[in-house]
Amino acid sequence: MSAPAPSLFTPAAKAMAEKIGLKLGRANLEEFAATLEELAKANPNIIAVTSDSRGSGKLAPFGKALPKQIVEVGIAEQNLVGITAGLAACGKKSFGVSPGCFLTARSLEQIKNDVCYSDVPAVLIGISSGVSYGALGTTHHSLHDLAVLRAINNLTILVPADNFESRQAILAAARATHPVFVRFGKAPMYGLHAPAAHFEVGKAMTVREGNDVAFIATGETVVHALLAAGHLAERGVNCRVLSLHSIKPLDAPAILKAGRECKAVITVEEHMVHGGLGEACAAVLMQAGVSKPFRIVGFPDEETVPGAQADIFRHYGISMEGLSEMANRLLK
Amino acid sequence: MGKAALSHHALALKSIHLRRRTLEAIYNAGAGHTGGGLSCLDILNVLYNRVLDVSPETFGSPARDRYVQSKGHCVEALYAVLADRGFFPESDLKTLCHYQSHYVGHPTRHIPGIEMNTGALGHGLPICVGMALAGKMDSAHYRVFTLLGDGELAEGSNWEGGLAAAHYKLDNLVAILDHNTLQISGHTRDVMSNEPLDEKWRAFGWEVRSVNGHDYAALTQALTEPSPGKPVFIIANTVKGKGVSFMENVAKWHHGVPSEAELKQALAELDAAEAKLQNA
Repeated sequence: MSAPAPSLFTPAAKAMAEKIGLKLGRANLEEFAATLEELAKANPNIIAVTSDSRGSGKLAPFGKALPKQIVEVGIAEQNLVGITAGLAACGKKSFGVSPGCFLTARSLEQIKNDVCYSDVPAVLIGISSGVSYGALGTTHHSLHDLAVLRAINNLTILVPADNFESRQAILAAARATHPVFVRFGKAPMYGLHAPAAHFEVGKAMTVREGNDVAFIATGETVVHALLAAGHLAERGVNCRVLSLHSIKPLDAPAILKAGRECKAVITVEEHMVHGGLGEACAAVLMQAGVSKPFRIVGFPDEETVPGAQADIFRHYGISMEGLSEMANRLLK
Repeated sequence: MGKAALSHHALALKSIHLRRRTLEAIYNAGAGHTGGGLSCLDILNVLYNRVLDVSPETFGSPARDRYVQSKGHCVEALYAVLADRGFFPESDLKTLCHYQSHYVGHPTRHIPGIEMNTGALGHGLPICVGMALAGKMDSAHYRVFTLLGDGELAEGSNWEGGLAAAHYKLDNLVAILDHNTLQISGHTRDVMSNEPLDEKWRAFGWEVRSVNGHDYAALTQALTEPSPGKPVFIIANTVKGKGVSFMENVAKWHHGVPSEAELKQALAELDAAEAKLQNA
């Protein structure tokens, strides 16, 4: 038995989660796999394509239940994307599932040409993205994926924050008639939304209202922003927390509203500071002439510090404590 | 459903016509891939006028045969064949490479008859593996064809696709190699040798057929004979620049564009070949 991975949440953060009523759910990746299996049972045209990744993609039960709806291509990500595109071109709703680090780097040209340029309704799932693989090192991190994918035309990019957003993202991807990329991590996630919440591609979800600092976050960093908002509220600072699950299309009106109504804006992402959510928000705000104290919290342009995902997050300030401190500094 | 079936004589005459159109399109555009276009032209002619079950009327049908041109740079020859088959008017080719024309230098789905956007090498075979798998899943009877270039085989993705096609016993898949042995910098054997191709693809689990890529009967047989349980790899031995004496086997015609005088000479050679054929 290996030692359990260090928790993403300090005891103080866990206490805050409890205080504001958050419940720990399963990994977004597990929510994806369960949702896909449910959809595939009702729709035999749904096909999962894996590159020796059915275990890491939590698709072993899918493979067992629906052996005719899963295609194994071996460790060959270029082939994975080409095959996923070919299946989609012939009427299949294909989901290419592979670790984000390999999927969006090794097979980037296949994503650009076979999927996006050819405009087939394929879905690409980046599993264990960001620094989910932690101490496995930079080969296994995808901190470039949003930047490179944002620069490709004709791709919806979804980065769900919790189980609810994950399920909704897969439902939306299954309905989509154009290419979609969805990015998942593998750590259990706190639930951020009520079951009746409204999810729409291209629309930010407001997780908390406030007008002092706006946290504009994406994916599995949203919960840390929410915990920081809880922490800051106890000190009289009211923060807005937006979940930007849709990196493309981007909800520019929500970003502008936050920039106009709040005293400062902090963006948070599990991605390098170049080319991700932060720079996208900066472009929206600057081009509209909205100038507020602004910081991008993400990974700096350096070799990522070694460690587990939790260590890495804390090192770069993606934590309740780190984000609270950043907000206080910005308000001074 | 939408299959043409021309005689050898008719195909031969058509090949001359298509070579003419290919050269004119490249000359008018001031760009294109002349040598490879002429080397694969007879393969395309046989595919579209004898083998593929597809037509402008049936292009939207799920049951149609699929053709994906992996060596997308030889698009002018494909455009000439598609225009001749009625997928779009021949006059469209006058806009090749023009501002706001979808007739760009590589195939795109904006053009009627094109299945997938290609041009970056090493993409066609994996895509076709996906298409052939979809056919198997649906118990459909369509077949899937792709055309590869010699130089292209250095792309590793072809070999990934090759493994998967044999693993899944895709006997509804045919890969054709336009084996003219030349690529942009010279002989493939000097740039990155890839022989023995027959042994390699056989070892990968494919049925390998070596044919003269300008012989209609041999091509027809290789493209149509079933291969239960195995995908088919056709090594079509061709001549780069085929049909125009001064272009044949000369690497510079890979993407050389004929001058007015060269076009005139090339067309005169094709006229002479046509006259000879008509009098035969």
